[in-house]
Amino acid sequence: MKASVIHHLAALREACRRLLAAPLNCVLSLLVIGIALTLPSAGWLALENLRQATGNASGVQQISLYLALDAGQREIAEIETRLREAGAGRWRFVSRAEALKHLQASEGMAEIIASLPSNPLPDAFVVTPGDSRPAVLESLAASFAGWPKVAHVQLDSAWVQRFDALLRLGKRLVGLLAVLFAGALVTITFTTIRLQILAQAAEIEVAKLVGATDAWIQRPLLHFGVLQGALGGLVAALLVTLGFHLLSPPVGELARLYGADFVLRSLSGLDVAVLAGVGGVLGWVGARLSARLHLRHLE
Amino acid sequence: MIAASELTKRYPGGREALRNVSFTITAGEMVFLTGHSGAGKSTLFRLLAAIERPTTGAILINGQNLASLRRPAIPYLRRKLGLIFQDRKLLFDRSVLDNVLLPLAIVGLPRKEAEHRAQAALAKVGLTGRDQTLPIALSGGEQQRLAIARAVVNRPAILLADEPTANLDTASAGEILAIFRAFQQVGVTVLIAMHEVPSLAGPPVRVLRLEHGELCSESK
Ligand SMILES: Nc1ncnc2c1ncn2[C@@H]1O[C@H](COP(=O)(O)OP(=O)(O)O)[C@@H](O)[C@H]1O
Ligand SMILES: [Mg+2]
Repeated sequence: MKASVIHHLAALREACRRLLAAPLNCVLSLLVIGIALTLPSAGWLALENLRQATGNASGVQQISLYLALDAGQREIAEIETRLREAGAGRWRFVSRAEALKHLQASEGMAEIIASLPSNPLPDAFVVTPGDSRPAVLESLAASFAGWPKVAHVQLDSAWVQRFDALLRLGKRLVGLLAVLFAGALVTITFTTIRLQILAQAAEIEVAKLVGATDAWIQRPLLHFGVLQGALGGLVAALLVTLGFHLLSPPVGELARLYGADFVLRSLSGLDVAVLAGVGGVLGWVGARLSARLHLRHLE
Repeated sequence: MIAASELTKRYPGGREALRNVSFTITAGEMVFLTGHSGAGKSTLFRLLAAIERPTTGAILINGQNLASLRRPAIPYLRRKLGLIFQDRKLLFDRSVLDNVLLPLAIVGLPRKEAEHRAQAALAKVGLTGRDQTLPIALSGGEQQRLAIARAVVNRPAILLADEPTANLDTASAGEILAIFRAFQQVGVTVLIAMHEVPSLAGPPVRVLRLEHGELCSESK
């Protein structure tokens, strides 16, 4: 076996030994790291779900094209062709007769409609664009408005934009939280490693006197930082998943009341791996900074 | 080979602990460095172990000048030396075996081979069967022998010891010196700092005498 492999295995064993040597400390640090990572990851998961929910909720990203009352079959066919050419997504044609029938079904409307001399409703297309970004919706709506016999284009754009802005704000917040708590994780690791170095000052001194390089002394500390960070990431994944299972029934209920049917998404295996990886990298950074700084003080 | 030329060490704010010290020790020699307390023996030991740097002058160990040694090279120098410290520097929360394994773990020797070598080193100093003991349970003489086992486990060509028999009774001190003698007889260069030259069986040894930081006499 190569010496470097032996060194890493030994350092890993040493790091595990140190983790297990103080189980209470270990559990507490893991909890603190786990909680620090839980907040941004829970926020991220909530945003993911919101985005998915709005993607599925009907009527949100639709554009309605109301045709002029004098539009005939030819014009309707013409608009359909244009929609196809524009790649506008899916659409549904609602004839004025159909719209009237729909309205008549509403309570109280039947008499009013019966008193009208003719059907006041226009033919309409309800378009659901494939691309639902607000800017795309806006430009689609603008081009629809220029088509012949299109009397009115309605895009619930204010709502979409407001929601989009809110989502962006949420993303910014989650990003901020992530930076903040990443800093916290690095700090926690920094402190843990500092305490370890203080506790092992004698051992480190002896190791140096019998020929240990700085790298050799740092290695178990770095492994420890990575291990603690990664395990903290797993704790966070556990906490988020737990929270998800507590929250998803009432949220699902709420969604059903609003007529939306979507499945809440929990953390995937990849998400968990990423969380552990991020925890590990941050732990490495904290351990590295701490080792650099505090080992020099031991000289 | 160890060579010092015009070695001077002045501690910050202090007086000169060593002044203009020059000597040469050839491979396989056994040398005692003596002098009263405060003469500069430990200072010289620390310079040779690259724990301190000389203020002026040069120290050569196997052709390498420690005065200009770069920091990252120091660990590799120490691996070639067997160092026995006055306060022994044992790890009291580790077993005897683990203490001896430390230098081997540092060079990355596979565990099995390392244990084999550590046991051999313990056998050489008469600590066979004590490998799982904690050092605190050893007598002063046994602790010193453990320190020697750790120093020799990497098979260094040079052994440096600072007051290895301090605080030991005559019998234990004799055992320790006999162990050093045995290493010298297999070709190891041995330099021992002691305030008094012991009477030793076997061929005569060389004595370097320090007085107030200056080398004042050499005798065989
Ligand atoms: N770290 C130090 N800082 C300042 N002075 C020191 C230091 N170490 C030793 N000295 C001084 O250097 C002189 C030689 O000390 P030392 O080498 O320990 O002598 P010895 O080992 O022969 O008793 C003494 O006067 C001592 O006080
Ligand atoms: Mg001394």
